[in-house]
Amino acid sequence: MNTAHILTAFDRDLEAAQALVVRMGGLVETALLDAAEALDTRDEEMAQRVRKGDAAIDAMEEEIHTRCAQLLALRGPTAGDLRTVLTVMRIAAALERSGDYAKNLAKRTTVLSQMIQVPGASGSIRRLARTVVQMLTDALDAYIRRDVTLAEDVRRRDRDVDQMYNSIFREFLTHMMEDPRTIGPCMHLHFIAKNIERVGDHATAVAEQVIYLVTGAMPGDDRPKVDSTTAGL
Amino acid sequence: MDDMRTMAPGLQATVAKITASGVQVHYGQNHALKDVSVDILDRAVTAFIGPSGCGKSTFLRCLNRMNDTVASARVTGKILLDGEDIYDPRVDPVQLRAKVGMVFQKPNPFPKSIYDNVAYGPKIHGLTRNKGELDAIVEASLRKAALWNEVKDRLDAPGTGLSGGQQQRLCIARAVATGPEVLLMDEPCSALDPIATAQVEELIDELRSQFSVVIVTHSMQQAARVSQKTAFFHLGNLVEYADTAQIFTNPKDPRTEAYITGRIG
Repeated sequence: MNTAHILTAFDRDLEAAQALVVRMGGLVETALLDAAEALDTRDEEMAQRVRKGDAAIDAMEEEIHTRCAQLLALRGPTAGDLRTVLTVMRIAAALERSGDYAKNLAKRTTVLSQMIQVPGASGSIRRLARTVVQMLTDALDAYIRRDVTLAEDVRRRDRDVDQMYNSIFREFLTHMMEDPRTIGPCMHLHFIAKNIERVGDHATAVAEQVIYLVTGAMPGDDRPKVDSTTAGL
Repeated sequence: MDDMRTMAPGLQATVAKITASGVQVHYGQNHALKDVSVDILDRAVTAFIGPSGCGKSTFLRCLNRMNDTVASARVTGKILLDGEDIYDPRVDPVQLRAKVGMVFQKPNPFPKSIYDNVAYGPKIHGLTRNKGELDAIVEASLRKAALWNEVKDRLDAPGTGLSGGQQQRLCIARAVATGPEVLLMDEPCSALDPIATAQVEELIDELRSQFSVVIVTHSMQQAARVSQKTAFFHLGNLVEYADTAQIFTNPKDPRTEAYITGRIG
């Protein structure tokens, strides 16, 4: 809706909640990229900063939650306004989880620095992180612009992430079979890869919220799943 | 529309009680209602919403021919109640209004006792043969209006001495007493405090098990709370008519969206 409310305070409240979620998205993107870089460059200090930074992300989710509760209680939003509030809450929750994964990545970086290096692993993970963060950036852009086409594109790209994760999974399996000393670090690296892949799912969830916000309906479950690591389960 | 997710909760009946087609109303030169066609369901609450002057009260008043009393009003189109044309010349408007009862914005009890307020309709329509039957109708009507327990010991007291909320429920009892099938309510809570409003809303929800209820309201929250179907009127047009949950979460027409979200008055 491009027209303003008769009650301008309503517009201010809605815009404030949406601005917060976009800022929160920025923090999460930075946390993920920094965490992946810290892992790749074995930068203990940077990993430390990411771990500490998660508190700010959690606090933002709290703040968004409080504002949305007030909007629901005081403004009684309906239709597009209601969907805006609901999607802000869902997106904030997805971002909060993604922030947790960044923090977890940073924690494992500290543990991994004490172990032998697995050749090529941190580079693959960093590429996966970049891909996923780009999805998150685009999903949030789609949110700001109410761009369903871009949101659909983000949903499709989750397939690429699944494929990248699959190949990393096989890579680690090979390392562990060739050299049992890499089992410890590979276990940690695998958790990291899996967590980043999960962030891709959260970015997809954000994109789906954009579609819900604009169309009033969630997209159907036609998204192809290509996580072959669980194919035999 | 038949999607279970958007189906109004508690809506069992999908039988049309009133079928309006191509209804137009002119007040002199003023075209107040433009080509309205709608099915109003039996045993459901239908809310009419829209800004002042949108035609919602005009349309409500067509449903029991209250517009007949306005000299300049001209109604065209068809309104069927149970398949019968209510504007047929053979239809007696007084009989029609016994079947299609009405409750107004301001509680307007007669300056008579509580008992006589409720007994008035059955008496003039000759619905009872003796005092015993009349007593039974008065009690049943007051019970239906959730007022019996509050007034049973003072049925001879004047109706005007009750509180605003009680007066409105007395008017509902009065409307119910003639055994109507449809209840029209024109902003029945706008003169009531929030507690009395809640009581009347609770009553409306109970009444829908027996009647087809149509309510005009300026409070969109009230429409959302009490109705299963909502019709949005704007500038004399019926813009959108759908399940209430649909109207308030995902309306199809941008004018509906603009109105319910507080963007146009």
